[in-house]
Amino acid sequence: MSIPYQLILTFISGGIICVIAQLLIDLTRLTPARILVLYVSVGVLIYAVGAFDPMKDIFGAGVTVPLIGFGANIAKGVREAVEKEGLLGALTGGLTASSAGITAALLCGLFASVLFKTKSKRM
Amino acid sequence: MDSKVKKELIKKHSPSSSLFKNSLLAFFFGGLICVIGELLLMLYSHLGCDEKTAGILVTVTLIFIAAILTALGIFDKIARHAGAGTLVPVTGFSNAVVSEAMDSKSEGYVLGVGAKIYTVAGPVILYGILSGFVYGVIYYIYTLVEGMKL
Repeated sequence: MSIPYQLILTFISGGIICVIAQLLIDLTRLTPARILVLYVSVGVLIYAVGAFDPMKDIFGAGVTVPLIGFGANIAKGVREAVEKEGLLGALTGGLTASSAGITAALLCGLFASVLFKTKSKRM
Repeated sequence: MDSKVKKELIKKHSPSSSLFKNSLLAFFFGGLICVIGELLLMLYSHLGCDEKTAGILVTVTLIFIAAILTALGIFDKIARHAGAGTLVPVTGFSNAVVSEAMDSKSEGYVLGVGAKIYTVAGPVILYGILSGFVYGVIYYIYTLVEGMKL
């Protein structure tokens, strides 16, 4: 697949996933935090039914960068861990797979709070 | 009538046009962030990372960029227009963590920053882990049943 074609598919798929969330915010009473929780859980579900990897092959970062990718990553980690360690994997796989993202975000938050003064409130 | 009230009234009485505008902006910014992610993915793959490593590096890079933009106060200005366009990509997760941490600095580093940093991250991690655990148990039972068939 050529690079411009891939980027267009990424742009459209990522855009649509965000529009769905925007409509949920505007039309229902779902708060941004609830949208994030919903998207992560939906990501796990999409991976569980086996639809995520085919979507990832076509849309690339368009489906991995939104939080459903974070959820799918958790599900993938759980599946691989269950295959290796049995039922114990259901406890270890999720956090192991998402550890890099969680650790990066938490450390960025801590360093930012040490180094910067708050500018504005949000969420 | 001050301008804030006026703006809210205008917003209230023109739901369809603002709905369309919000969706368009969310589409554009969300798509753009994903394209940046895809370009980073291509860059890291080009530099010799395997698929899994490149994927993790993209996530970490986007989290880092969003954290810096949040700390400088730029992220909120973009997010005000982009709405779900910056919220739904992993940048929104990073922004939530960093802004909560910065806002709670005055309450101290243990019960302020240390606790409040999880205000949005906590629910996301908790329910992500819950969903993953449920899937893991179901998948484990599925492998057992498949094993018995053979």
